[in-house]
Amino acid sequence: MAQKNILGKFAEKFAESLLTVSGALTTVAILFITIFLFKEGFGLFKTPAIEDGYGLYVNSENPVSQLRPLDVKNMYDEEITNWNAVDGMNQEIMVFRIDDVFDYYSDEDLGENYSLLPEKLSHIISDHKNIIAYVPKEFAPSAVQGVKEVKVLNNSLSDFFLGREWLPTATPSPLFGSLPLILGTLLVSLIAIVLALPLGLGVAVYLSELADERMRKFLKPVIELLAGIPSVVYGFFGLVVVAPLVQKAFNLPVGETAFTGGLILAIMALPTIISVAEDAISNTPRAMREASLALGATQWQTIHKVVIPYAGSGISAAAVLGIGRAVGETMAVLMITGNAAVIPSSIFEPVRTIPATIAAELGEAPSGGQHYQALFLLGCILFLISMMISVISDMISKKKTYKSV
Amino acid sequence: MNQKIKQKIAFFLFRLFSFFIVGILVSILGFIVINGIGVINWDFLTKSPTEGMTAGGIFPAIVGTFYLVIGSLIFAVPLGIMSAIYTTEYAGNGYIVRFIRLMTNNLASVPSIVFGLFGMALFVNNLGFGDSILAGSLTLGLLTLPLIIRTSEEALKAVPDSYRSGSMALGASKLQTIRKVVLPSALPNILTGVILSVGRVSGETAPILFTVAAYFLPNLPQSIFDQAMALPYHLYVLATSGTDLEASRPMAYGTALVLIIIVLVFNLAATFMRQRLNKKFKQN
Repeated sequence: MAQKNILGKFAEKFAESLLTVSGALTTVAILFITIFLFKEGFGLFKTPAIEDGYGLYVNSENPVSQLRPLDVKNMYDEEITNWNAVDGMNQEIMVFRIDDVFDYYSDEDLGENYSLLPEKLSHIISDHKNIIAYVPKEFAPSAVQGVKEVKVLNNSLSDFFLGREWLPTATPSPLFGSLPLILGTLLVSLIAIVLALPLGLGVAVYLSELADERMRKFLKPVIELLAGIPSVVYGFFGLVVVAPLVQKAFNLPVGETAFTGGLILAIMALPTIISVAEDAISNTPRAMREASLALGATQWQTIHKVVIPYAGSGISAAAVLGIGRAVGETMAVLMITGNAAVIPSSIFEPVRTIPATIAAELGEAPSGGQHYQALFLLGCILFLISMMISVISDMISKKKTYKSV
Repeated sequence: MNQKIKQKIAFFLFRLFSFFIVGILVSILGFIVINGIGVINWDFLTKSPTEGMTAGGIFPAIVGTFYLVIGSLIFAVPLGIMSAIYTTEYAGNGYIVRFIRLMTNNLASVPSIVFGLFGMALFVNNLGFGDSILAGSLTLGLLTLPLIIRTSEEALKAVPDSYRSGSMALGASKLQTIRKVVLPSALPNILTGVILSVGRVSGETAPILFTVAAYFLPNLPQSIFDQAMALPYHLYVLATSGTDLEASRPMAYGTALVLIIIVLVFNLAATFMRQRLNKKFKQN
């Protein structure tokens, strides 16, 4: 009997410690997500911004010894054509890719399995003072004289956050400027919240102040069903129905635009906005409404001047959470915003958001490569935004405001 | 007088907004039902896609989604309930609980694509599960964990304290009380949360993109280390990247309808259960 008691006590202690451990589960999950996203993402800043296994070589008389990723890209796109643009000599840049070697030598000249290629490359480079050559490291020019390797700088934080071009597969230097994606995300979310907030607020007021019990019982499941529809179904609906409508209505070349995305996101954010705002509104003390009505205010004046200001913090929490929903949404946006990674100049142009970029490109990015790391870095941005939104909405809804009452 | 007109306009607008929302739901559902209903038949539900996904059925995707739902629940339900028991029954109401709750809220607000990234980094690459049902289930389980914790917490809190005191007064230990008294009376409400997460998990696409989902598999998955097709991903593929988009449209409508039916049935079931339980609770 005594033994059973001890065993029982032990089992109890064990179970309790198990419960304690699982209590920490979500904290551990957050911690792990942080560690893994940042670990993978920040690798981008630690490696030179040139494709793995390739090098850039110039004539040894060329004073330039290092280049920014953007400069390399601009050289190969012929947007920079003179070495003086990168603090070099005043000479036209001669861009050279490995295929160009056949302009100088025939297949036979290069020997079996291109064994003579490194030597021939050395000749070409030392013969041309203004050359920049992008070649695989396995065929790196063999000569020590007349040739030097140019160092490509690592991507910097400002390259990533302020760079205006997202060209993850460009060679020699892929560009990971996330500004178009960040702006695209903000634009789509902004459109969504501008459309959804008044609508959601109106429905919330209707639900908590005006609707009778029967109407409420009907509307509540409707809102829950809207929240339950999977985002890929919203995307499909947007693609097949809304995008053609938008295209026709505004006479656009394509229907997949930032506006289309914002429209669908607005619908998706509505349930969140409605339920949070409704909670806030119905929490307004009865005494306040009655005091207002007793002073002769109409019901609308009471709602407008008393209830909504009182529920102000809850309503802003609803807006913040709605934005959060919109910022993180992936599938629907991926399917209907047209996916053009350019800085949007109008809401009727295709844009690309951060989540859509990750979803569209991660499958093709080789694991551990720069593109992969850049996508994880985008994930870090999303993660931080969602943390911020969660904390802000938490703070707002805790704060009791009595302003203007 | 002026105020009365203002009120009339405002209230009219609010009513209009509410009907507008109903209209949105009806048009989305209506559109998919009308276009999809003709596609659904026994063959569609029990056969594999054929002819470049323009004919055949969606059986492998249904099976895949079923496996993923089961897999994620196996991870998330016990852990979620245990976590909820800790915060409601053991941790009191202090600093720790507030912190845990904040973290749970944070986890709930993490975008689903970030779960996908994390699942890929940890389960697929670091732990070496590869693209597999296991990796996908773990990722989805993590995604639905906050939902299960939250609903379980509410369920446990709804159990009257008198139950606990009564059990303790009879000499039961705290753990016995939880196991024999608190959990059984909270169970129906906990179940509501589980049903909700079934709906959530079966509709998620972004987390499975890089952890499990396959474009097309000739055979059904044989083990938890196999890739699987899944309904939401299948719909995405059909809608955007088929070989012949026009020809695969009917299949897409059918898939969307099946997906919506699954998701909404579980959602409605949860709502219905909650309403009935609340009624029962009030009667008590």
